[in-house]
Amino acid sequence: MRMPLFRGKKPKRWGLALTALVFLSLFLASCDQYTPSILNPQGPVASKESGLFWFILVVATIVFVAVEGMLIYSIIRFRERPNSPTPRQIHGNNTLEIAWTVAPSIFLFAVLIGTIYTMFSLAQPAGPNVEVKVVGHQWWWEFDYVHENFVTADELVVPQGTTIQLDLYSSNVIHSFWIPQLTGKTDVIPGHNNHMWFEADNVTTTPYRGECAEFCGDQHAHMDFSVTVLPKDAYQTWVSSQQQAAAAKPTDPTALAGQQVFLGAGGCQACHGIVGVNLTSFNDPKAQSQIGPNLTHFGSRHLIAGGVLTWDPSTCQVVNGKLVNQNSCGLYQWLHDPQGIKPFSDMVIGQLTDTQIAQLVAYLETLK
Amino acid sequence: MATRTVVEGVTLERRRRFSETYFGEWVMTTDHKKLGIMYIVTAFFFFLVGGMEALLVRTQLAVPDGKVLNAEQYNQVFTMHGTTMIFLFVMPILVGFGNYVVPLMIGARDMAFPRLNAFGYWIVLFGGFFLTSSFLFGQAPNAGWFSYAPLTELTSNCGPTAVRCTPDLNMDFWALGILMLGISSISGALNFVVTILKLRAPGMTINRMPLFTWMTLVTSFLLLFAIPSVTAAALLLLLDRHLGTHFYQAGAGGDPLLWQHLFWSFGHPEVYILILPAFGMISEILPVFSRKPLFGYTFVAWSGVAIGFLSFTVWAHHMFAVGLPPVAQAFFATSTTLIAIPTAVKIFNWVATVYGGKLSFKVPMLFALGFVAMFLIGGLNGVALAVVPFDYQVTDSYFVVSHLHYVLFGGTVFAVFAGIFYWFPKMTGKLLNERLGQIQFWLMLIGVNLTFFPMHILGLLGMPRRIYTYPGNLGWNELNLLATIGAFIIAVAILVFLWNFIITLRSGEPAGDDPWDAFTLEWDTSSPPKPYNFLVLPVVRSRRPFYDKKNPETADWKTATH
Repeated sequence: MRMPLFRGKKPKRWGLALTALVFLSLFLASCDQYTPSILNPQGPVASKESGLFWFILVVATIVFVAVEGMLIYSIIRFRERPNSPTPRQIHGNNTLEIAWTVAPSIFLFAVLIGTIYTMFSLAQPAGPNVEVKVVGHQWWWEFDYVHENFVTADELVVPQGTTIQLDLYSSNVIHSFWIPQLTGKTDVIPGHNNHMWFEADNVTTTPYRGECAEFCGDQHAHMDFSVTVLPKDAYQTWVSSQQQAAAAKPTDPTALAGQQVFLGAGGCQACHGIVGVNLTSFNDPKAQSQIGPNLTHFGSRHLIAGGVLTWDPSTCQVVNGKLVNQNSCGLYQWLHDPQGIKPFSDMVIGQLTDTQIAQLVAYLETLK
Repeated sequence: MATRTVVEGVTLERRRRFSETYFGEWVMTTDHKKLGIMYIVTAFFFFLVGGMEALLVRTQLAVPDGKVLNAEQYNQVFTMHGTTMIFLFVMPILVGFGNYVVPLMIGARDMAFPRLNAFGYWIVLFGGFFLTSSFLFGQAPNAGWFSYAPLTELTSNCGPTAVRCTPDLNMDFWALGILMLGISSISGALNFVVTILKLRAPGMTINRMPLFTWMTLVTSFLLLFAIPSVTAAALLLLLDRHLGTHFYQAGAGGDPLLWQHLFWSFGHPEVYILILPAFGMISEILPVFSRKPLFGYTFVAWSGVAIGFLSFTVWAHHMFAVGLPPVAQAFFATSTTLIAIPTAVKIFNWVATVYGGKLSFKVPMLFALGFVAMFLIGGLNGVALAVVPFDYQVTDSYFVVSHLHYVLFGGTVFAVFAGIFYWFPKMTGKLLNERLGQIQFWLMLIGVNLTFFPMHILGLLGMPRRIYTYPGNLGWNELNLLATIGAFIIAVAILVFLWNFIITLRSGEPAGDDPWDAFTLEWDTSSPPKPYNFLVLPVVRSRRPFYDKKNPETADWKTATH
């Protein structure tokens, strides 16, 4: 490119270099441990899906460079100059037309074969699996471990290297269940019991991010969940503890007061169940009418209310019936003003006093 | 015939009719040229409204945990952004250009049904105001432009203990607005079909029609077959919401997926409705500014027809994640891949048109070339979306937002600006300012890429669509900020255009009848054309009748085989 383009503007070299840098930087931009990148697959389903991406990228780049290149070449080569002749009035060329209809068809056919092959290779493998019934609510995820017979929310814990089978249900509107690093999404549609599976190759240090991926109303943005992958034996231990009922009464007096708030003044028990306290078991029919998540083992979870806040007992220490630092305690913020944190969620409660909240925090912490 | 008796010395003054006042001329008009301009101006107003909505969205998303809009406000704004841009900007502006240009291009005096034409325009104006007035009630539609049931059936945000439990009007505004605007589209489509099939000048066979006319014809058929789907869908929605039916409610024997099938049976042809006329404009502009005919006219025309037919076979590619049986998904993957072929053929023909030409980079040409470059990107990431397992990951993520904006903004909007700069001189007799146009073009090109390219990556990094905010620790912050900066660059470009528009109307350079030395019949008139368009019905002997008239020695009918 010896001559400047576009009538005296600076050579495009600067522009091209800058553009390349921008795009490169975008790729390097921000990929850390929390980023739910589909290009960082952690299981066989996501691996196959991301493998297709790299294939597509190569094909698309070739086509892009070829066509865009021809365009840019034409722009440079055939721009009008003071003595350029009238161009030949070519109307077409049938051979060329056939060639460039057939060539992309072959390309596209190859892509289609890859697509259909991968689709069918993503069928759920036969063999033992962990089956979880997933229920999408507005705006949180419920997880019923079908064979293990317990219910939890917001966090999916799974064993490493095992097929996890998910049955997807919705309580009222359409949601979509997506764990970018483990699998593509499947919609959760009332009246349709969709089915998906995934497998996780590695034990997690940081849980994988899960998201709702279908617009489902006001707080669609706050309907996250997390996926923790444990070694198989650790998973069994976790399952056993989840299957236990909670203690009928906690020993700590503040926690006991908190349980009273739960059962009485706060009115929590109308919407939330704790097995051993206001539910006889996870199958208690009373649970059907409770619109909030089951709290039996809330103490060992890490997310509140679809991930809008995190629950970290170390920031919520209760000393002498008072929270040490209530403003850094996510659970305090939630119990203090749920509608302020997540407007229009179903958690509509009367104002709790700081003391009552401290007692509840102490109690919920015992529900490990 | 009555005879008049004139009494000497007395003259009778006729009162000026309302339709002869300046205002009345426009309000009562049935002239396709005036209606075309009215459509275009109205649509451009809604472009600005939709653009403000976009800027609000981008400002809210510029940083994590944004506080510019709360959830309810954001949901109304992003819904109206999509609804406004599609139904109140792109569709009317393409109809507007069709209205103005097509009768002139085919050598006709007006559209076949001038009063129906006017009717169609006024519905758009009133429908647009109706829909937008919903903001005044604080109840703009808030469930996305695609309005999935059963979310839209909740007449209120009413859980058992919900704070707000009053019947809301949001989705009623949407459904009624859609019904109204659909009537306008159908009336316009009917008008175009009859006009194009019956009112062409002598010698203008179908195979000699300008490409913009071809594409308008195909688009009109698409409208006629697609609008009934969304009309039915919206009607059933209103019945569910107000008359106790259960079409979309699972518990009572209905099915939410019925909405999706009905909607996307409209929605997919709709996106071709939004792009085919743009294809037509590009097919007119590239040849004029390359000084040679469109390469492969027959293939370009018939690709458009093929796209039209195929567009009815791909709708469920918007539904790959809903749990359709694998065989059905394979079918739609195949049809979607197929539709890429005629689209590719068109792009190749456009490049071949430019190749070997004598290129003049006036502003219409800048936008036309920009269209080809940007639409190519949109087409490629569209083919990526047809790869079903990959789509499972990126559907409903920002990757799709990137795709749709590359084809709609980088595609249709660029073509619209190409059309504006190209035909404005014909409509007003004045040339828009070149320098300002160049500045606008480069700002828009940079802005579009800066806004929408990072969205590819955001989608790959797991960012879902339609979220009003996002946490700051996911690695999405910088890309969102970049996208917002790009959006404001686009806004500056639009301001440059508005400035250009104002100063040109005031004191623009006179254009003359044929400022671009163009090929088609609309340029063989004064600028602006006389109300009757042509004094003498033109006779057409090739695809470039005006070129033939100006270049009798090298006329197409002498050298080409059609």
